[in-house]
Amino acid sequence: MTAANSSNVVLDINNLVVGLGRKADAHRIIDDLSLQVREGETLCLVGESGSGKSVTSLTVMGLQQKGTLVPSGGSIKLVGEDLLGASDRRLRQLRATRMAMIFQEPMTALNPVVPVGRQIDEVLRAHTNLDARARRQKILAMMEHVRLPDVQRIFSSYPHRLSGGQRQRIMIAMALVLEPKLLIADEPTTALDVTTQKQILTLMRDLQRDHGTAVLFITHDMGVVAEIADRVAVMRHGRLVETGPLDDVLRAPKMEYTRNLLSSVPSLVPRAARPETTEPVVLEANELGKVYRERSMFGKAREVAAAQNVTLTLRKGRTLGIVGESGSGKSTVARCIVRLIDPTSGGVRLVGREISNLSRRLLQPHRQKIQIVFQDPYRSLNPRVTVGESIAEGPINYGMPRKDALARARELLELVHLPPDAISRYPHQFSGGQRQRIAIARALALDPDVLVADEAVSALDVSVQAQVLDLLDEIQKRLGIALLFITHDLRVAAQICDDVAVMQHGRVVEQGPAAEVLTNPQQAYTRALLDAAPGRGWDFANFRPVSEGIVATA
Amino acid sequence: MLGYLVRRILAAIPVMGVVALFVFLLLRLTPGDPAAILAGDNATPEQLERIRNSLGLNEPIYIQFYTWIMKLLHGDLGVSLISNVPVLKMISQRVEPSISIALTTIVLSILVAVPLGVIAAWKHGTWIDRCVMGLSVLGFSVPVFVIGYVLIQVFAIDLRWVPVQGFKSISAGFGPFFERIILPTCTLSFIYVALIARMTRASMLDVLGEDYVRTARAKGIGETGVLLRHALRNAAVPVITVIGSGFALLISGVVVTESVFNLPGIGRLTVDAVLARDYPVIQAMILLTSGIYVGVNLVIDVAYTLLDPRIRY
Repeated sequence: MTAANSSNVVLDINNLVVGLGRKADAHRIIDDLSLQVREGETLCLVGESGSGKSVTSLTVMGLQQKGTLVPSGGSIKLVGEDLLGASDRRLRQLRATRMAMIFQEPMTALNPVVPVGRQIDEVLRAHTNLDARARRQKILAMMEHVRLPDVQRIFSSYPHRLSGGQRQRIMIAMALVLEPKLLIADEPTTALDVTTQKQILTLMRDLQRDHGTAVLFITHDMGVVAEIADRVAVMRHGRLVETGPLDDVLRAPKMEYTRNLLSSVPSLVPRAARPETTEPVVLEANELGKVYRERSMFGKAREVAAAQNVTLTLRKGRTLGIVGESGSGKSTVARCIVRLIDPTSGGVRLVGREISNLSRRLLQPHRQKIQIVFQDPYRSLNPRVTVGESIAEGPINYGMPRKDALARARELLELVHLPPDAISRYPHQFSGGQRQRIAIARALALDPDVLVADEAVSALDVSVQAQVLDLLDEIQKRLGIALLFITHDLRVAAQICDDVAVMQHGRVVEQGPAAEVLTNPQQAYTRALLDAAPGRGWDFANFRPVSEGIVATA
Repeated sequence: MLGYLVRRILAAIPVMGVVALFVFLLLRLTPGDPAAILAGDNATPEQLERIRNSLGLNEPIYIQFYTWIMKLLHGDLGVSLISNVPVLKMISQRVEPSISIALTTIVLSILVAVPLGVIAAWKHGTWIDRCVMGLSVLGFSVPVFVIGYVLIQVFAIDLRWVPVQGFKSISAGFGPFFERIILPTCTLSFIYVALIARMTRASMLDVLGEDYVRTARAKGIGETGVLLRHALRNAAVPVITVIGSGFALLISGVVVTESVFNLPGIGRLTVDAVLARDYPVIQAMILLTSGIYVGVNLVIDVAYTLLDPRIRY
């Protein structure tokens, strides 16, 4: 490293060790980590859950859980100043002035009972001597700078009045109002829709260019990395696996782990289409609609159409994807189809039988033909019931003797590649990916004709996600089950779906074979969604930009 | 906001109506002749007839209810069977000590318990936290009258700092009022402090783990600001709920405390009325306590909307 280079290093982490507790032999959450972030540079810190990337960022800020996470070795320097040895008082002075942080969940990162303008104001009051007028002017200017509309109104709004994107802009304004040298962004766009994500990423890049801020950007999403990184650092189990310029890491990863990580990223290019089948239709939704009526005692009733005129067809052994952003109505449709909620109009035919108007009691025998897997495997399994009982409960309800049901549970665990002794264990003894396998086994226990997967892989790390997707594919081939796959992730949809339906504001705006809709979209909204997908220019699994792939195969 | 307030007050009317109906039926549905119950065992037939007439017991029951409720709305709660004094007058004479203790208890409890809870949560897991929690268990488990007698023994009899019992109106000067109210207030506050401190601590612990508290720290705000401006206000809703539901505790506690310290309050009035089967007084006390309860709930609901802008009705 040349002298000129080292002079503008903003964040310098050297051989950092963070232990779990104070003992000398404590488990190391961060083990011998060294990183540098220079002025005007974005370093993306990539890794799967539990790799220690968030702990790293919190330790820099001095916000790690005191007493539990203890930095026991190495150094962290911010523009030459040692942070690990700094007093609490000094750290407080540095926060927001020299180093600032934005967090993943804009929904929870802002105080719900304080207007957002005042929350930004607190930063100025804590660190400057400006008078009220000057502070207000500075805040309004900053809010305009992060491209918030109608800043006077938003200044005095409470967080719950703002959209997710607006809240994240407030967070960014709060972090950058005092022009810190270092900005740490911990998964700042993970909770946002793709179109909002794109706007926020563009904003961050523009602000960085204008102010020369050093950015430590933490993410698990390779697409986002490809969009924003100058350099990439890959972490695993608290250790640095590999670091280098973006292009080098994406094109020629040196380490096996990085290669696997990249290979697991599903491609936006749809997989080769399977031949059309003449298998029977197992699921049909006809002009399905769900209207929520909000009644109030004095005001007039308010109606919200969560889904309107949704028509879908799914054949045996095929996969239909419903894609769309949050609030587009895709989960509402899934829940109506499974009759977890009752549709207000239209019909659902399941294996030739209309079920939308059946009473709960008459519906009972049909329930076993359609089963659902939910997004969050941490919350969808009862923590106090063993895995075997969870799986066997369905068949027992439908009259199977307990002994047979448990034997069936054992078979199913084998089908989803879990050891047979898993049957007597509890959900907390399994990882997220394993739990999702259990949830799938539970859904399969009733031999359904249709399996609905509602964002079933969204909460999983990419490598685990790839395994679960493979598993679903395998199960479909073996059992001929039909899959209704709800997802916001176009990459996942491209890899698993035969057909896709794109939803917006409760309506299906475009539907057809995945290969057509995702490569040659007819509707502006579908195009916008595809444009916003981060890293769309990269074919990660083949370590090259998509454009080069086309040239290579042509 | 104003509209909400008006709606809530309107909604309180049917509640009080149901309470009034219950109170009315309490006497009418008691087995036997209400007049005989009212008059007692040794009444003459003339006395019975007089009571029947005065209560309108010879009228149909809905007319009786109408007359009763109209009287009620005009402030006529009837006349005590024992002392022949109008009930309203009896209550108004004895309401001051009770209200005084209730208010001082609430103020003292909040002033002591909320800081204790905040500190315990902040110093979670340390000896300070354990001390506060230990004190809280003590406050819960020791009966009110025991605390009362211990306080009397120590501060009134041994140390002679304050009088043993009695009550002086605040109009007689703050000094005499204060030295007589302090022991009953401390006695009654014990359980209340325990309750509020516990709730404050639990609620603060939840809130301190929230993302926005981390954000506040990341802004470089000092600990006091983080605790008071960001955490406490968010933690307040469950605490306010407990303060409100603690009112039931307070009402029963007032009865015991008044007995221990020999205070001429409505708590003792109620006990005496129950023992003497003085129905008009009992009816009035049920109405009064229900009214207080409805009022407190109203205040709490309004407090929610002031504390948390997300709560709108």
